[in-house]
Amino acid sequence: MLNKIYDWVDERLDITPIWRDIADHEVPEHVNPAHHFSAFVYCFGGLTFFITVIQVLSGMFLTMYYVPDVENAWKSVYYLQNEVAFGEIVRGMHHWGASLVIVMMFLHTLRVFFTGSYKKPRELNWIVGVGIFGVMLGLGFTGYLLPWDMKALFATKVGIEIAASVPFIGEMIKVLLAGDAEILGAATLTRFFAIHVFFLPAVLFALLAAHFIMIRRQGISGPL
Amino acid sequence: MQRGKGMKFVGDSRIKSNNRMPNKPKDYSEYPGKTEAFWPDFLLKEWMVGAVFLIGYLLLTVAHPSPLEGPADPTNASYIPLPDWYFLFMYQLLKYTYASGPYNVIGAIIIPGLAFGALALVPFLDTTPERRPSKRPLPTAFMLLAVASMIYLTWESVANHDWEAAKAQGVITDKDLGLLPNVEIDESSPGYEIFQSQASCIGCHGGDLTGGTGAPMLLGNELTAEEVKEIVINGRGGMPAGAFDGTDEELDQLAEFIASLKEEK
Repeated sequence: MLNKIYDWVDERLDITPIWRDIADHEVPEHVNPAHHFSAFVYCFGGLTFFITVIQVLSGMFLTMYYVPDVENAWKSVYYLQNEVAFGEIVRGMHHWGASLVIVMMFLHTLRVFFTGSYKKPRELNWIVGVGIFGVMLGLGFTGYLLPWDMKALFATKVGIEIAASVPFIGEMIKVLLAGDAEILGAATLTRFFAIHVFFLPAVLFALLAAHFIMIRRQGISGPL
Repeated sequence: MQRGKGMKFVGDSRIKSNNRMPNKPKDYSEYPGKTEAFWPDFLLKEWMVGAVFLIGYLLLTVAHPSPLEGPADPTNASYIPLPDWYFLFMYQLLKYTYASGPYNVIGAIIIPGLAFGALALVPFLDTTPERRPSKRPLPTAFMLLAVASMIYLTWESVANHDWEAAKAQGVITDKDLGLLPNVEIDESSPGYEIFQSQASCIGCHGGDLTGGTGAPMLLGNELTAEEVKEIVINGRGGMPAGAFDGTDEELDQLAEFIASLKEEK
């Protein structure tokens, strides 16, 4: 039955190459921890993606309760943390996931670096990967403000001051991020929310798609 | 249209084996070893790794609820800021002489910019075909140095931070939760008038008597009028001595009023 449906669709859309990219390809021995335990270092990229998926899902649930407004942001997070069923778990996963995604991405970067996998012909994929790293740090920075508690406000103040110290365009970056030349307040919170929930995820998905399309096109780099 | 089925590819890539791309990777069949189908064999094993990871992740989540400090108060001037841990090394860098103050641009922009730029351009800086770390000592050394300095800076930042103070300054108070003690404020008393007219009183303890930065809430205090007077005259903790500006009679009325702010049980 499933085969028939597959054939019916394949006849019209030629989906076999897509299916091959997603699922039906060979995994070489040197990246398979079942054959060489040390190959677990090749799992870091996959685990980074796994946590990214969890971040997207838990983030979607958090926005059901979170209110991006200076009066209510903290109250909504406090309510979510203490009153909502499993709110503590969902927020906890998003909070710890943010740290874990940085850790796994860092380890993945080191693995790719020390196995020399960024070398020709994979230069572009490395650059896209560094872009993903930057976007993830941006997500961490913008997400840190959203609970609107003391550490969020003051860490963001410092961060925006650092951005403002960029020569020539520093002030423009500051106004772009904070929404005001002086005040870090209501406009900043809504901006950070929009950047964290819409702008950066959009960039992230585009970069991830490019990352995965390239790895499928070129395959995993061979053994050392 | 050429169908995917029955086509021969190089390794696990989509580069067809008959094409002449000079940079095509070697076919894995050229290496001795066993390949495995991604679906479903390898994915199942990968999911086992994922499941072990997920268990650790969930244990962390359950054991350490995510922190939440008191609501943001931009008027608090004494708060010591701290970024999330993965930015600590950059934060620490800005504390060194030649990376802060007049040299701020070096610590805030040039060093991180160079590091991130170099990371992005690694494939063009290290162009030899050699892949083993031991066969390309310079890139390996630079990366090890970068990782070591990040670990060192993070360590220094953690060691130098006053975690006790950080914990104290982030506490969620009853006031934050709107849980004020049940106190009847006699706004017609002369003491109330005096309190509101003293800038040094309301500056710290607030016009609503709920306290503020470093100053305790006066509602529901446990002091007698004598003790209040004593504290106003001599100061206590962060409160300076002689802050009150007025006559002794007014001080008596003020102390009387403050002492009257007892919680009704």
